[in-house]
Amino acid sequence: MKRITARLLLVALLLLTASPALAQSRSETLLVVVELGPNSMDIHGVGANRPAYQASWNLYDRLMTYGVKTLPDGTRMYDYSVLKPELAESWQVAADGTAVTFKLRRDAKFHDGTPVTAKDVKWSFDRAVTVGGFPTFQMKAGSLEKPEQFTAVDDYTFRVTFLRKDKLTMPDLAVPVPVVMNSELAKKHATAADPWAMEWVKNNDAGGGAYKLESWKPGQESVFVRFDEWKSGPLPKLKRVIVREVPSAGNRRALLERGDADISFDLPPKDFSEIAAAGKLAVVAHPVENAHAYVGMNVKNPPFNNVKVRQAVAYAIPYEKIFHSAMFDRGALLMGNPIATNTVGYDPKLSPYRTDVAKAKALMAEAGAPNGFETQLYFDQGFATINEPAAVLVQESLGQIGIKTTINKIPGANWRNLMLKKEMPIYVNAFGGWLNYPEYFFFWNYHGQNAVFNTMSYQNPEMDKLIDAARFESDPKKYAELVRGFTKLAIAEVPRVPLAQPNLDVAMQKGITGYQYWFHRQLDFRQLSKN
Amino acid sequence: MLRLIGRRLLAAAPGLAGVIVVTFLMTRALPGDPAAFFAGPAATREAIEEIRKNLGLDKSLTVQFGVYVRDLMRGDLGKSLTTGQPVRSDLVSRLPASLELTACGLLLAVSIALPLGGLAATRPGSWVDHLCRMLTTAGVSLPIFFTGLLLVYVFYFLLGWAPAPLGRLDAFASAPRSITGFFLLDALLTGDIGVMGAILRQLALPAITLGLFAMAPIARMTRAAMLGVLSSDFIRTARASGLDRRTVLVTYAFRNAMVPVVTTLGMVFSFLLGANVLVEKVFAWPGIGSYALEALIVSDYAPVQGFILTMAGLYVLLNLLIDVLYGVIDPRARIEA
Repeated sequence: MKRITARLLLVALLLLTASPALAQSRSETLLVVVELGPNSMDIHGVGANRPAYQASWNLYDRLMTYGVKTLPDGTRMYDYSVLKPELAESWQVAADGTAVTFKLRRDAKFHDGTPVTAKDVKWSFDRAVTVGGFPTFQMKAGSLEKPEQFTAVDDYTFRVTFLRKDKLTMPDLAVPVPVVMNSELAKKHATAADPWAMEWVKNNDAGGGAYKLESWKPGQESVFVRFDEWKSGPLPKLKRVIVREVPSAGNRRALLERGDADISFDLPPKDFSEIAAAGKLAVVAHPVENAHAYVGMNVKNPPFNNVKVRQAVAYAIPYEKIFHSAMFDRGALLMGNPIATNTVGYDPKLSPYRTDVAKAKALMAEAGAPNGFETQLYFDQGFATINEPAAVLVQESLGQIGIKTTINKIPGANWRNLMLKKEMPIYVNAFGGWLNYPEYFFFWNYHGQNAVFNTMSYQNPEMDKLIDAARFESDPKKYAELVRGFTKLAIAEVPRVPLAQPNLDVAMQKGITGYQYWFHRQLDFRQLSKN
Repeated sequence: MLRLIGRRLLAAAPGLAGVIVVTFLMTRALPGDPAAFFAGPAATREAIEEIRKNLGLDKSLTVQFGVYVRDLMRGDLGKSLTTGQPVRSDLVSRLPASLELTACGLLLAVSIALPLGGLAATRPGSWVDHLCRMLTTAGVSLPIFFTGLLLVYVFYFLLGWAPAPLGRLDAFASAPRSITGFFLLDALLTGDIGVMGAILRQLALPAITLGLFAMAPIARMTRAAMLGVLSSDFIRTARASGLDRRTVLVTYAFRNAMVPVVTTLGMVFSFLLGANVLVEKVFAWPGIGSYALEALIVSDYAPVQGFILTMAGLYVLLNLLIDVLYGVIDPRARIEA
């Protein structure tokens, strides 16, 4: 008996010390740890989540991409004012401004070796505007609406006909949605019920981007390997990228600090601030363009249909306190300004709001509610790390002016539902837009079209007129006036109280270089390298 | 014996049918709207209605239930919107991970709890008894995620003895060729000793976490059952007949004490499958518990239903196994059944 136990112990010891066969050398592989992984490899798919955008961005090429600029602090970010070639070598907007013609590079291949031609671009764009849902919506934001707009002139010439003069059309062709897919490969898997091969592309790689899909275990990990014949840019340094899902935030931090993981976006602001202070890892911070965290109020129903009550709330909110103890000073204070600090039209002088309880009380009295009222305060549990402390601080300060709130913490599926119903009296939330134009942000958040993000149900024809005019205005002076106009209106009517602009923080090992901020807030493997 | 198994399985059928109906109704009663969630952030009302139609959620509950049962008969558990995969393939790939972890945790617990409980019963009031009491109290009173996080903090973060809590295998090691889905078994079958060590290292902390938790009820039940048996007449007779201590304890006392212990084991095992959710979260373990939880948060019906159904099936099998074990331990149980 004793001898058997001893032998078993010995075997166990041997097993525990045996070194595992390493699939590939660590130095050429990047290990990314995330909270949630992709649920699709196809950005056009129904319900494709944000991590799916990252997968798609690296697997597929687009016609154009954005330039890069170096900021004063030495960090790098994409430059929304510069469009650069990716699959297209060059392009020419027609003299009358009604179309653009792209010349495709002749050496580009898909991952299976098929050359990339204009008919693939046509098929992919037709797909994006036809399948409905998010891709179709995003294309529409750039006035790209009908398959008839896209023509494959010959194998390497592709034309987009404009529906109207829209300054967002060209930028919208470089966002993650208009990817170029291997149409022949995808069509092989299309069926009568599924003409766009949605089912197959969701799980497979039909791309020609810098990275190929090596393996994907949904809910666990996705592995990407470099496509060595990629021609649309300089060959990336990293040979392999592993994206692992680690649900516990504490473990993601531990993995980084121990040097086992290389890079992560998904940490609470408190961890980022502590990691940055400790100095062992590099933390790169960028205020998210065109984004703000805010307190929204339903303007259709009492009590917040009264503008004086809303203004009282804007004077009661403890901006600095929320920024400090919920966001750990990571970002930029907005103090009621709806436009983010790095977006055209930002002017800190426009908002009169600051924390002033006496003034808030006076406004409540003016509104005919000197004794306050009771109401419900909501937030999305999915973002509880920031939302919860923010909601508690809002609750506390509203209590000082007589508004008694009950906090409701809403899980994911139900949150979307409540946003659509637009019945939450007051809530804490955040929004960020891809394209860095103020009118684009306002179109989603303040426009009378009443998109889901206008959760306040704010509708004002005057506001709509200003936003619509700004979108199609080409004279810079008039444009600036329009932007100022709708900003001031949003501050005066205050359907939502912008608190602060959040950061996009990323923590990584010091040996990792080349990180670049993207408006889609996903990791672009192509620029990174590891020493 | 075969008749017993057949009868048991037949008797479980109405229960399983009930589970199908209840889970269907319960998931539908969730407050969330899956169509709204999966339509994506920028969706219009029309887009959401379109998705609702695609998912078949615009039909009446009875029609939806009919479709669900029809698909179920074909072995189709529906599709998860969270992972984008068929629920059946998700469960097939994740269930072995959960079972492997639970089995290891339980094995660990049993190998400590049985001797400990037995020793405590033979020496009541001694230091072994106190140790047993201390461990069982600690085991039940420490929340499972806390034990997990503490172990990670000490053994991974501070000491660096344990590997990174990255799930079943280190990110840089390749998994053994899949035969059964149980990594340990697959590694053994393919003779890959290197990867076997890596798998064991990953398993160690989560299995200890589960084991600590499972040890308490098993040790306590063993102690109580042994105490009861040791004070019974036949043990006194055996002792009086001059049988040696080992025969009395192992052959007579222990075997008779096993019946309540096996019952507890069954309960603990099924309980552990549920408690896994937290351990899976802490150790990034790709099991079915965290899968179901993720799905529940976003009101993704199919995986939740598939999970509950799988668990119900497992419970039936587990109870059957316990009944069969009774028969092995105590021949009287065979006749009664």
